[in-house]
Amino acid sequence: MFLVKCPWCGWRDQTEFSYGGEAHIARPLEPGQISDQEWGDYIYTRTNTKGIHAERWVHTQACGRWFNALRHTVTDVMWDSYKMGEDAPTPPKDWDGLTCCDDHKKLAEGAKK
Amino acid sequence: MKKYSIFAIARNARTHHENWERAWRSPDPKPHYDVVIIGGGGHGLATAYYLAKECGITNVAVIEKGWLGGGNTGRNTTIVRSNYLWDESAALYDHAVRLWEGLSDELNYNVMFSQRGLLHLAHNVHDMQEIGRRGNSIYMNGIDSEFLSPEQVKEMVPIINLNCRYPVMGGLLQRRGGTARHDAVAWGYARAADAMGVDIIQNCEVTGFKIEGGVVKGVETTRGSIGAGKVGVVAAGHSSVVAEMAGFRMPLESFPLQAFVSEPMKPIVDCVIMSNAIHAYISQSDKGELVIGGSGDPYISYSQRGSFDQIEHVVGPVLELYPIFSRVRMLRQWGGITDVTVDRSPIMTKTPVENMFFNCGWGTGGFKATPGSGHVFAHSIAKGEMHPVAAPFSMDRFHTGALIDEAAAAAVAH
Repeated sequence: MFLVKCPWCGWRDQTEFSYGGEAHIARPLEPGQISDQEWGDYIYTRTNTKGIHAERWVHTQACGRWFNALRHTVTDVMWDSYKMGEDAPTPPKDWDGLTCCDDHKKLAEGAKK
Repeated sequence: MKKYSIFAIARNARTHHENWERAWRSPDPKPHYDVVIIGGGGHGLATAYYLAKECGITNVAVIEKGWLGGGNTGRNTTIVRSNYLWDESAALYDHAVRLWEGLSDELNYNVMFSQRGLLHLAHNVHDMQEIGRRGNSIYMNGIDSEFLSPEQVKEMVPIINLNCRYPVMGGLLQRRGGTARHDAVAWGYARAADAMGVDIIQNCEVTGFKIEGGVVKGVETTRGSIGAGKVGVVAAGHSSVVAEMAGFRMPLESFPLQAFVSEPMKPIVDCVIMSNAIHAYISQSDKGELVIGGSGDPYISYSQRGSFDQIEHVVGPVLELYPIFSRVRMLRQWGGITDVTVDRSPIMTKTPVENMFFNCGWGTGGFKATPGSGHVFAHSIAKGEMHPVAAPFSMDRFHTGALIDEAAAAAVAH
């Protein structure tokens, strides 16, 4: 029930996408060297953030490409998406989770005028 | 606590029902409790009740950030059953069903537990194999379980359309399954716990913990600091948020799950019908409303809303199976935040913080377990060691690998 920004196709309805869970979880480089506890954490433990959440999406119904995005998990508003391998953008500290990055920019410009 | 009875109704009728005593007090928090339970839903209140009743610990507070039963306790589809595959789950959920059977008497509060039968439909060969395996496993665990042919399904639910887009090939019936009144469960436990001295403190949100040397000493709340000998966290969808305050992470993800009710109508469905393959479960409340639930949203969220496309995923199959409902209007729709584990089994566990216990991860199906969960969790907190029924559900299983995989029996395909 929200819009997702595909870095290639732009803002589209969420139903065009599939969710891929929390982003930036790196597979341990040497699984044989770590404890069961650490391996279990890697597979199962999640941040499950209430607030700004970095997550993976794939544009299943269109370009089929994977990307990362920041979304506010209370309002379900996506701030912005970014390509795999890129650093996450930083929403403003006072972001209320109600506007996406593009609207936020427009509002800021409107306020200046 | 004055007993509820027909005589009480008659007595109060004389004073125009203006002098009923309040069901529970609203005390200010004391500076210290032996046990503080975080979360005033069914599971939390049941925990407090059994701590007071069976473990002799009455210096207990239940703190709730909103109002009693306003979270998932008031948002579920009220289904009770114990038709689970694995022995560990059978022990836990059937323990709950046995407690449900005497609950109204025990609490002196009508929780409207109605064992109207729970029918699980199979629509394809895989479903038939799944109910075949699970049905026999349930039977071996001493829990009632019957296979129904499509004709027997039709006899039980005359309005069903067997030859629709989702043909009905068979069903698995648990006659002891059914429904209960969800609010009454919270209120009944609250009233009975309060009568034994448990303080129920609403509008009191936890903001942090006082932890000294790895041992929990108290809880910081919006109504001040509260000292605690032990802390039981029963915070459902917000368990990860509470765990973060205590400095650790949980193997949980929180998803919205929605449900809806129709306008009330004459009795037409006298059992609970559910199905794994098509994400729709339906029953009729005593008020006459159809209670319909479906699948969760596929992304984590704390929005307590749920998305429109999921409604269509549920309503479409419901109309295929029961075309008679095509002109029924829906009255309300809502969402709850379900804390889901990867194996779809709950977590009842000790934590890295001494004297802090977590009861969470009930995901999409916690309501049915309310009495059992509260009972074994209370004993675990009192003893400091997990109750034998609760022990397999410890958080350790996520690194030992001893998962209890109930994804099929969760009755919502995941």
